[in-house]
Amino acid sequence: MTASGTLRRVIPECVLALLLFAMVSGSAFAEGLMPHPPKGKGEHCVASTDVMRRNHMDLMKHQRDETVHEGVRGKPFGLAGCVGCHAVKGADGQPVSHGDSRHFCRSCHDYAAVSIDCFQCHASRPDEKVKGAEGSRSGLSGLAAFFQKERP
Amino acid sequence: MSVKATDESRRTFLRSAAGMAATLLAPGVTLYAMGDAAAAETAPASAKVRWGLLIDAARCKDGCSACIDACSAAFGWKDTGHPETDPQWVRKVSAKNPETGAGFSVPVMCQHCANAPCVDVCPTGASFKRADGIVLVDRHICIGCRYCMMACPYKARSFVHEPVENPKPDAPRGKGTVEGCTLCVHRIDAGGIPHCVEACQAAGGAMLFGDLGDPSSEIAKRIATYRTTRIREDLRCNTGIYYANI
Amino acid sequence: MAKIAYQKLTDHSAFFWGLLGLHVLVIAAGLGAALYMEHHGHVVTGMSNQIVWGTPHVFAVFLIVAASGALNVASFSSVFNKLAYKPYARLSGVLAVALLLGGLAVLVLDLGRPDRLIVAMTTYNFRSIFAWNIYLYTGFIAVVALYLFVMMDRRVSRFSMPTRIVGGFAFFWRFALTTGTGAIFGFLIARDAYSSAIMPVLFIAASFLYGLAFTVLVLLTMSREVRHELISEDMLGKFRGLFILFALSVLYFTAVLHLTKLYAPGTRDVEAFLLRDGGIYTLVFWIGQIGIGLLLPLAILVFGSGRHAWRSVAIAAPLFLIGGVAQMYFTIIGGQAFPLSLFPGMEVSSSFHDGAVAQYWPSLPEVLLGLSGVSLAMVLTGVALKLLPFLPRPASV
Repeated sequence: MTASGTLRRVIPECVLALLLFAMVSGSAFAEGLMPHPPKGKGEHCVASTDVMRRNHMDLMKHQRDETVHEGVRGKPFGLAGCVGCHAVKGADGQPVSHGDSRHFCRSCHDYAAVSIDCFQCHASRPDEKVKGAEGSRSGLSGLAAFFQKERP
Repeated sequence: MSVKATDESRRTFLRSAAGMAATLLAPGVTLYAMGDAAAAETAPASAKVRWGLLIDAARCKDGCSACIDACSAAFGWKDTGHPETDPQWVRKVSAKNPETGAGFSVPVMCQHCANAPCVDVCPTGASFKRADGIVLVDRHICIGCRYCMMACPYKARSFVHEPVENPKPDAPRGKGTVEGCTLCVHRIDAGGIPHCVEACQAAGGAMLFGDLGDPSSEIAKRIATYRTTRIREDLRCNTGIYYANI
Repeated sequence: MAKIAYQKLTDHSAFFWGLLGLHVLVIAAGLGAALYMEHHGHVVTGMSNQIVWGTPHVFAVFLIVAASGALNVASFSSVFNKLAYKPYARLSGVLAVALLLGGLAVLVLDLGRPDRLIVAMTTYNFRSIFAWNIYLYTGFIAVVALYLFVMMDRRVSRFSMPTRIVGGFAFFWRFALTTGTGAIFGFLIARDAYSSAIMPVLFIAASFLYGLAFTVLVLLTMSREVRHELISEDMLGKFRGLFILFALSVLYFTAVLHLTKLYAPGTRDVEAFLLRDGGIYTLVFWIGQIGIGLLLPLAILVFGSGRHAWRSVAIAAPLFLIGGVAQMYFTIIGGQAFPLSLFPGMEVSSSFHDGAVAQYWPSLPEVLLGLSGVSLAMVLTGVALKLLPFLPRPASV
């Protein structure tokens, strides 16, 4: 058996072993690094976690344009609702601002390396008076309304 | 502090007895307030409505700044020691006829023109007019070019020259964009009245808010009965802010 | 006529590197200034809620106006078939694009939210002259690039028709562009100093003058670089004549603008301010724009003919440009300094500076940002001249 023949057999095995190692350690490693966004108040969010994770930006932007330009208010996907429900309290018992890495939005956005400029203008801490998800309507009916009611 | 307390009690009052409060304070509001409050919130602004103000110079006292203080407290714009660059959403303008010496002093804010020059010139459409006549800046798409400030005949807009610390949830404000009076659009949509009008009612009652498009509203009846003036009517901007006794 | 030969810049003098280095330094300073303004907000500039457009806009508008004028020489050759101008047509196109890019860069970097440039490019309000201008500016660059292509491509340039058609279109486009730029001010009903239909026309006249001044200055500088006079005796006389014609038309339209406003009682106050009581703005107008920027170079050109022609043109061109900056400063800043008239005929005052003449002094970052636009235009031109044969060979001029 030549040296090159041995090498040819050994290399794929090494690669396989490395890959396996990477998968096993990687998942454990990733578990530690994965963001753990703080849970909000109440039983559930205005939509299911999967929907919110993937679509919150579109839902919020759509509602933002409706609210600013048409005056439609009281719908569930407002930024103040997110900020109010998901407020994280700091050591002083007061909600932390977006400047703090524990802030709800930052817990994921830092991980995904997606910078947002919402808080260059908007408050990142709730007003004392803000009532959770901006109104009494249930989240699911709000979501249904979003998908059913399109612009005329 | 007392301003804030009054404000809070009034808000609660408005919420608990929206219909009645609206009838008392500004009859034009009844349109929404008598109906289902939640429905009013989710309904888009209607083109049948034209929100406006009537300001009576004869009842606007010299030295009173209740409307300005209320606006400043609600939206967080204030004197930071840079008078040239500090925003002012509303200010008292004193005018005197140099020939006769007679004059007046009135609050001037965004005049919410139907033919708004700021809306025409804005390259991105950030400066826009709602269906109900309220002229706003969509600061999500404002690029800070300040052309609207060049075009506005009323000096109603301010550019945010400095970073804003701790904006209020109801009053997002940010460096590098242009801002101005919103006629407290978030309160109007919820069936309320602007902060300035509310403060003025406690201080002197020179301001009346209502729907110019509804002939039965108090404001429409008053401007139909008494002679009123609008600032720079010659420019034909068709402003929504009427002044009496100027 | 013999075929015109062109050249690239090849071996460079220390003078060329020095000039390039200086411009690069100014651009770096301008970028630093923009970052500084962006970080702290416009509070660190001289601009305010009264003077909302400041020194950056003075330079930006000046460069944009000059850009459309720089295309003139090319238009003379292809639209009006004046063959004497043909050797300079390529340079004229390159300079036009470079000046426009310089001006636009300044304008964009002064925005309150320059990070949202993409919004300006994707969201339009078609009632806005600014929005039209975004199309006019980007369109200008595209049209001039096509124009350069039909002039320079070996196969296409064999025929004269493409050059005439594209050249004619570019000529039309530059008129539209300067009209749009002048209309930014002319259509402002709120401000007494601006609101006037003659604004676009005045800007077109000014563009002819400043564009030609830039073209001549670049030619003179490059003559030194290629160690040959790129402007022949004959052409020098032509440029001199054009300078006189353009300067007189700027004077004429300026006079008409102010006479119209002086005639109407409603705008007499603003004219009294601008022309008599405006302090720095009055000085900038009479001494800067009219004196140094128009009358002095006119006198130099009129009396400096014959063997002094070269020197008189070389002195007049930068004076016209100084006058151009003065004109823009007077127009843009002076026009805003005069208060809005909320209650015509009344004396007004407020905490928001109503009724008061606005105070403005340019801050260092603003000046650096503005100057960096000029430098950017010059560096772009220099690099272009090195990359492609835009300059005529001495034998061809």
